[in-house]
Amino acid sequence: MKLFLNGECIEVRAANLAALLDERDLGDSPVATAVNESFVAAAERSAQELRDGDRVEVVAPMQGG
Amino acid sequence: MPRDFYGTTLAPPLMLGTAQYPSPAVLADAFRASGAAVATVSLRRENVAAGAGEPFWELIRELGVRVLPNTAGCHTAREAVTTARMARDVFGTAWIKLEVIGHADTLQPDVFGLVEAARILCEDGFEVFPYTTEDLVTAERLVEAGCKVLMPWAAPIGSGLGPVNEYGLRSLRAHFPETALVVDAGIGLPSHAARVMELGYDAVLVNSAVARAGDPAAMAGAFARAVLAGSAAADADPMEPRDMAEPSTPVIGKAFLG
Repeated sequence: MKLFLNGECIEVRAANLAALLDERDLGDSPVATAVNESFVAAAERSAQELRDGDRVEVVAPMQGG
Repeated sequence: MPRDFYGTTLAPPLMLGTAQYPSPAVLADAFRASGAAVATVSLRRENVAAGAGEPFWELIRELGVRVLPNTAGCHTAREAVTTARMARDVFGTAWIKLEVIGHADTLQPDVFGLVEAARILCEDGFEVFPYTTEDLVTAERLVEAGCKVLMPWAAPIGSGLGPVNEYGLRSLRAHFPETALVVDAGIGLPSHAARVMELGYDAVLVNSAVARAGDPAAMAGAFARAVLAGSAAADADPMEPRDMAEPSTPVIGKAFLG
């Protein structure tokens, strides 16, 4: 399945968002997620199934003003 | 009764941004030198791939400060609301510095989108710190939406111009005596910070003025002293200015010398 992770088209095996984060070694990282511009809470990632062409956003803490 | 920030008091009344420092060590030094108890932070894609999000977040946690995540860079209410929810998930706080940017050159907030997003987030349990202008009607709408803190700009973000519309800031203070007011953007010098605190503001948020100083830690310390001085001055009930001179030394009893 192909989807967009932070704007980059990638091939993935993961069937859900939690599995995708594990696949990208982000399972234990402090990140927040959204799929197709809708927020997905950490607790809901396993239930968030992924589909071909989904747009997944993963963001991490960064400096800010 | 002193105004607080959703039940939290700040001593000193200073919030520091965490961007643009020469290094994480300098950032930490600035916090230690100032005693600032609130750090603004953001969420970005870049730190995911670089793996830099975790060390940064660890650094902030080690400082023992309260975090105020922002929605910087958002241009629509929808985008800002989603970013706020993502921030709450990662940072574990209901506080959100709500930014909905409407103008590319001045980074002036889109106050219409701001009010729309503030209403959604307040209803969702967020404690919203909206980055706004000194406009009274916008402020009224934000308070109606549930905001108990307002963050008007002093000048465009990163400009360092200081308060360019002091009348507007003074008017906002007068019209919202119950609402905590934080000057958010455009502060360049400790004297600017002291000035707005003298007007009765409750705190100041600075980033560029500290991070871009030659010695950020020293500047952060200077800002801490400035906000405390300004706050003490406001509490001390400043004299009213007057147009004409008035001798401070008594005239009566002066020797007649010709």
